[in-house]
Amino acid sequence: MTNAAPLSLAQFQSAFADALLAPADAAASSPLAHLLAQPAFAVYRNTVAKGCVDALEANFPSVARLVGREWFRAAAAVHVRASPPRDARLLFYGAHFPQFLRDFEPAAELPYLAGVAQLDALWCAAHTAADAPQLDASALTRLPPEQLGAAVLRPHPATRWVWFETHPIYTLWHRNRPSGMTLADGTAAPPEADEGEIEWQAEGALLTRCDGVVRWQPAGRADAAFLAACADGATLSRAADAASLADPEADIAALLAGLLRAGAFCQLDGPAAAPRP
Amino acid sequence: MNAPLRAGLGLKPEHFDAALSCTQPGLWFEVHAENYMVDGGPRLQWLEAIRARHPISLHGVSASLAADAAPDPAHLARFAALVQRIQPALVSEHLAWAAWNGTHFPDLLPFVRSTEALHRISANIGRLQDALGRRIAIENPSHYLQINTHAWDEIDFLTELTRRTGCGLLLDVNNVFVSGRNLGYHAGEYLDRFPADAVLEVHLAGHSQDAHLGAGLLIDSHDAQVAPEVWSLYQRLVDRIGTRPTLIERDDNLPAFDELLAEAGTANAHLQRAPQAGAAPRSLEPAA
Repeated sequence: MTNAAPLSLAQFQSAFADALLAPADAAASSPLAHLLAQPAFAVYRNTVAKGCVDALEANFPSVARLVGREWFRAAAAVHVRASPPRDARLLFYGAHFPQFLRDFEPAAELPYLAGVAQLDALWCAAHTAADAPQLDASALTRLPPEQLGAAVLRPHPATRWVWFETHPIYTLWHRNRPSGMTLADGTAAPPEADEGEIEWQAEGALLTRCDGVVRWQPAGRADAAFLAACADGATLSRAADAASLADPEADIAALLAGLLRAGAFCQLDGPAAAPRP
Repeated sequence: MNAPLRAGLGLKPEHFDAALSCTQPGLWFEVHAENYMVDGGPRLQWLEAIRARHPISLHGVSASLAADAAPDPAHLARFAALVQRIQPALVSEHLAWAAWNGTHFPDLLPFVRSTEALHRISANIGRLQDALGRRIAIENPSHYLQINTHAWDEIDFLTELTRRTGCGLLLDVNNVFVSGRNLGYHAGEYLDRFPADAVLEVHLAGHSQDAHLGAGLLIDSHDAQVAPEVWSLYQRLVDRIGTRPTLIERDDNLPAFDELLAEAGTANAHLQRAPQAGAAPRSLEPAA
């Protein structure tokens, strides 16, 4: 036992927290050295590390499937030490994991891995986002045609989209999203997998949530630009301009119909929906 | 009036369908509150569907009541919203800490039972109870480390917390067994001293042996059936204090739902043998 004055609650916690994530050989200089020397301290270190790595594996199943479980858990353990959870809800842990993979030297030969991780994170976000009624495909017919251009479409809180400039990340993600995932809402990836050659091209993805089930489909550059404009509160005509700018070939009417069919929106504000007295 | 709760099961998403279709009278379920602190979506819908048929207990694992810091206001608000939505039969948390300076550790971490800690933890339990607008139960932790600087005995500490805050206690019998083995005290004698009137719920779970130290270090792993020694301790407890809502807690190495139901049946059989003279079984519905 040490003869020093007993540690305060805060001093004890501070030293204990440091030791949980530090290398084991740093224990000798800790004010808790006499506790850290007990073999039982490893129970806490191991439980914390396993809990964090398990959470990353649960939140990034496509990445784990692409690289294999062993590689994934080794990489995740490195990330945990550098970037431990900042939220008690482990289902949100891993916000920085895609960026970590982008910079992770052993992953340099897998330049698409960060994008796949990003899609896993978007799935979690879509799965847990707020509820809202879905705008049905006929919603636009309720407005007089001359008012459509000034109307504003609000993306559903669960809708997520992304465009990848360089790699077929949507296809890689879709093919590695584990089917038969043990989720009770029946949220399983489609049985697929169409094992055809992957065309190495830019791709985007759209994720929506219909009746409590997250669904996904390929999305184009114009879809992503249109949705981003809508999320910014742009009118339909400005959102259409943004989509055309992103892809001059885009068929805006077909694009809009497709997004409505996918359940991407929750609300249509007519031009008169501007602030009322 | 609701019937008193007897044996319940920890509920994981893998068993939602089985739980939803299970019609066993009196069965209740406990979930980790943090897993449902989401804005919306299917998770909350599942829990609400279960809640429509069975009582729910919300078990918090991250309020970090034993940290020298006030609980995170955002966490308190999310917890309160979930309690409001689910109207649980019971809410519980731990005598432990799990967060420090904004970093979260998914574990229940130890502290030195000082009078300073007693004041801080009392205040934190008060904050949580105020935020939720209800009484909560505090669980005794599993111990692994020999800490020789405690100023308070654990049972005295817990009793004092109930006196200061009005909280109840969640008595985890497996934690008592594991800690007794690891620290070298008599689990039965610990249970005999535990303040019966404050016990709102009992936990039973399986444990395992440390990979390196074997039987010299037991781990509260929740990945196996309840051990025979823990069942014996449980019978000793209910013989003294009477029936209490009792949870079969399983978090890992999940068996089929029916296997867990069978363990709940064993707990119910122990409760059947409890003397009627014990404290009356009580409903966990919040007082009107």
